[in-house]
Amino acid sequence: MAMTTHIDIVSAETEIFSGSTTMIFAPAEMGEVGIAPRHAPMVTRLKPGEVRVETENGETQHIYVSGGILEVQPHLVTVLADTATRAADIDEAAALEAKERAEKAMQDKSVKIDYARAQAEFAEAAAQLKAIEALRKRAHR
Amino acid sequence: MANVKEIRTKIGSVQNTQKITSAMEMVAASKMRKAQDRMQSARPYADKMRNVISHMAFAHSEYNHPFLHKREVKRVGYIVVTSDGGLCGGLNINLFKASIASMREWEDKNIDIDVCAIGKKGIGFFTGLGGNVVSEVSQIGDKPGLSDLIGAVKVMLDAYNEGKIDRLYLVYNRFVNSLTQKPMVEALLPLPEHKDPDEGLVKHWDYIYEPDAKSVLDGVFMRYIESLVYQGVVENIACEQSARMVAMKAATDNADDLINELQLIYNKVRQASITQEISEIVGGAAALSS
Repeated sequence: MAMTTHIDIVSAETEIFSGSTTMIFAPAEMGEVGIAPRHAPMVTRLKPGEVRVETENGETQHIYVSGGILEVQPHLVTVLADTATRAADIDEAAALEAKERAEKAMQDKSVKIDYARAQAEFAEAAAQLKAIEALRKRAHR
Repeated sequence: MANVKEIRTKIGSVQNTQKITSAMEMVAASKMRKAQDRMQSARPYADKMRNVISHMAFAHSEYNHPFLHKREVKRVGYIVVTSDGGLCGGLNINLFKASIASMREWEDKNIDIDVCAIGKKGIGFFTGLGGNVVSEVSQIGDKPGLSDLIGAVKVMLDAYNEGKIDRLYLVYNRFVNSLTQKPMVEALLPLPEHKDPDEGLVKHWDYIYEPDAKSVLDGVFMRYIESLVYQGVVENIACEQSARMVAMKAATDNADDLINELQLIYNKVRQASITQEISEIVGGAAALSS
């Protein structure tokens, strides 16, 4: 039997592929890499591209990833695939947007959390719950 | 005493409300199942990610990542995951209670707090109370993608990298079962220390990093935090649906009780008016015959 290594390809939202393989090709950031069993430990980022997995029975699986992380252990390869297209500037834009929305929501508000008011609101909610409970009990009598 | 017609309209309106609540209950039940599936399918990534991170903690890297350092705390960040909609019982209130309790501990030490709010309810709550909301996402729907969260989380990670915050917490509801949700306050950063390495991992080795340790570790840790937040969001959605299901079931049952009560009053009133009519007729007949 040929030497194999286990590969898991997962994305944040779902599991994509898991199985034994004799050879893996992945689009690493510095160029495509081929991973044979017993490869030295390695981590690298992946570019958008195709991961090719040659399975034990000679088939080749083609899996597209839009980037991610490749971790290699001698008997275990893990591909943490991204689901979103990522680039520094896209992430930055998303971050800015999130910030702006927050600022809009925050306009003319003070910066301290009013703990006393929070407590009061909780007390009110608790009182309401109690009242509902009491009503329910009365109804069941 | 209320008249018959008034009571009849009241019964009608309660019945209409009951129709709505029971429909919402059923919708929530089916959505809950889907949300649970999504929760399950997000798990392998988190598991694999945890493995990779624990391997990395034992690789003797020459580069020491800031996410691994404990710093003196001057400011704290919270990522609070809430639902967008209401009508889900005490779900959000319990979450706020847990987060306020944790925040208060810092406040007592005179440490300021930044909040990243995910979900409309959290934004409303924290801005209403005057919390410092630095980033927010809402209306992520029932099927959130990781891409919806990247921006908001990045704001907090950048703040950590720049030394603006020294601790980062994640607050969300953990899905225990369809009747129980548990508000959780979890520490995200600095990364907690790891236990013993896996068997077979020889000590004193290091990865080959491509292109270099810093950029690779940055990428890995960022994705790790994002996946934890994503997991929290997905779990919170499952919680929201199950809480809504339970709340709507209670509302439907209450409506039933209310209808029964009203029906009883209605019958009494009807009976009373008939009795009155008869006694009037009898009285009238008696007056004529005498």
